[in-house]
Amino acid sequence: MSEKGKFGKYGGQFVPETVMNAVHELEDAYDRYKDDPDFKKELAFYYKEYANRPSLLYYAEHMTEDLGGAKIYIKREDLNHTGAHKINNVLGQILLAKRMGKKRIIAETGAGQHGVATATVCALFGLECCVYMGSEDVERQSLNVYRMRLLGSDVVPVSSGTGTLKDAINEAMRDWCTNIETTFYCIGSVMGPHPYPVMVRDFQKIISEEIKAQLMEKEVKLPDCVVACVGGGSNAMGAFYDFIGDESVRLVGAEAAGRGIDTPFHAATLTKGKYGIFHGMKSIFLQNEFGQIDPVYSISAGLDYPGIGPEHAYLWETGRAEYVDVTDEEAVTAFEYLSKTEGIIPAIESAHAVSVAMKIAPTMSKDQILVINLSGRGDKDVYSVGKYRGVDIENS
Amino acid sequence: MNRIDRCFADLKAKGKKALITFITAGDPDMETSKKAVLKMFDSGADIIELGVPFSDPIAEGVTIQKSSKRSLDGGTNLDMIFDLVVELRKETDKPLLLMMYINTIVAYGTEKFFTNCKDKGIDGVIVPDMPYEESGELKDEARGYGIHIINLVAPTSRDRIKKIASNSQGFLYCVSSTGVTGTRSTFTTDFESFFGAIGENAACPYCVGFGISSPEQAKKMSAYCDGVIVGSAIVRIMEEKGAQSIEAVGEFVKSLSEVM
Repeated sequence: MSEKGKFGKYGGQFVPETVMNAVHELEDAYDRYKDDPDFKKELAFYYKEYANRPSLLYYAEHMTEDLGGAKIYIKREDLNHTGAHKINNVLGQILLAKRMGKKRIIAETGAGQHGVATATVCALFGLECCVYMGSEDVERQSLNVYRMRLLGSDVVPVSSGTGTLKDAINEAMRDWCTNIETTFYCIGSVMGPHPYPVMVRDFQKIISEEIKAQLMEKEVKLPDCVVACVGGGSNAMGAFYDFIGDESVRLVGAEAAGRGIDTPFHAATLTKGKYGIFHGMKSIFLQNEFGQIDPVYSISAGLDYPGIGPEHAYLWETGRAEYVDVTDEEAVTAFEYLSKTEGIIPAIESAHAVSVAMKIAPTMSKDQILVINLSGRGDKDVYSVGKYRGVDIENS
Repeated sequence: MNRIDRCFADLKAKGKKALITFITAGDPDMETSKKAVLKMFDSGADIIELGVPFSDPIAEGVTIQKSSKRSLDGGTNLDMIFDLVVELRKETDKPLLLMMYINTIVAYGTEKFFTNCKDKGIDGVIVPDMPYEESGELKDEARGYGIHIINLVAPTSRDRIKKIASNSQGFLYCVSSTGVTGTRSTFTTDFESFFGAIGENAACPYCVGFGISSPEQAKKMSAYCDGVIVGSAIVRIMEEKGAQSIEAVGEFVKSLSEVM
């Protein structure tokens, strides 16, 4: 068995035979272009001119004062075009798809941010785009559904299974099996069969590279702690990656604990899951004793996935990164807190990271630095947070 | 000798092709599954695959997806399926396979899984989300128990066909065309060249599946290889008639068997 694409015992290429050659073609294409000067130049151009990179590293002065511990910086991935970190990966994959001669792009989406980013870049390059989205998520993220359609993409609601992100991935995989010759599957997180976990991480690692450079300029030192939310784990992988070798930097991932990890309503994969093989990879999954994948829940549609990218499973197992649980209530409180304290409305996903920072920062000293990766903006979540607080925005 | 190998040796001696059929175990209940399996053998099926239902069957079309869900909703688990196999083995000595997703094997524990396969009477295992390159570990373990892990090969396998076909055991499962399981009215695959490449390299009999739903298709496809696999078309009868589907399933299997 090939050892490439393995993170310890995690990773691999567990896909149906029909797509295996396509996975190999993608692997070859990625190996060929990732260090190609023209590819890198074109990607850098679109990062800067289209996606608004580098994203700002903002000193959160009020939050720092209020919490009374570490100096808090916020990495503003929410200011990217389309409002989240997802565009970093999509630009990379679509530029690759173009070089591979693929004319049709498919994607899965949970909260809709990856779907919107994919629909956006397909509009930019004139490619056909089809986004699979769980019917539950279509319901709770109707704004993003409209945005995708506005951008010219097909949005296909998936009602099989639990009607959420994992089912959207299942359906995208089935589409890929069927239309394998013409179609490029643009996976939105650091998951799936190799080379996706490596490729998506590489397209997202610019986040940690920028944090490091920006902090060097502002503080002339490394951060002491970096916090990010984790569903599949792409923004966290991007925010952690360049610091993995810097052992003084504490890396903390925030998983969605939903209504609590002792209820069936959560998505806390590393806390409650176990080893398995699903969606192309060996990793940790929420499942029952017979290996049936558990339904998961979180107020955040972007975090309710029953698995986690294989590199996170490896960082968790080796202890290099730690992963903590954040409930819906804590996330909503952090959502409101950041809005009032800094005038920044975070995505409900990113609010999970803000919540962890609110707990950790006061335990740190004033000369230490904590960075929150704010993976997305919260406009899309105002409606569901309102609903959580008992305010019906649509009918008020 | 593994029952699959014996079955193909017998068929070859008689100059016949294999008819392999599939149902999801526990759809709609275990009693119906038992009757359906015995009826299919009586009606001319040579080998039967029992589908182990999975929550997220990514290689399946809608028919088998729904069937998996009906079975899981009825409370089916792998222990119950092994119990079914014990019951079946009291009445038949024909080959039985499990078709199942890799995570259901991992969760059960491979040692316990293969021990049960051997003790209860399973002859082979098909894992649709485990490609050839990832199958080494499981094959090494299965070998010690005399269980065949069935390789799959697809039209898109191209230059990997040789490697997969020459390292196959039991039979080689040839996927007729791109896409998931389910019936198709037409096939666009160039069968001459696909089966040509397989025939030159196969280390064991090779059979074709995915989308075969009528005696006409079964007859036509069996000309290329050593047998045909029919799944969704049978599962659809089970979907329509539930526990009352035994006679209809028997008649359909007989209609396939008669043309082969």
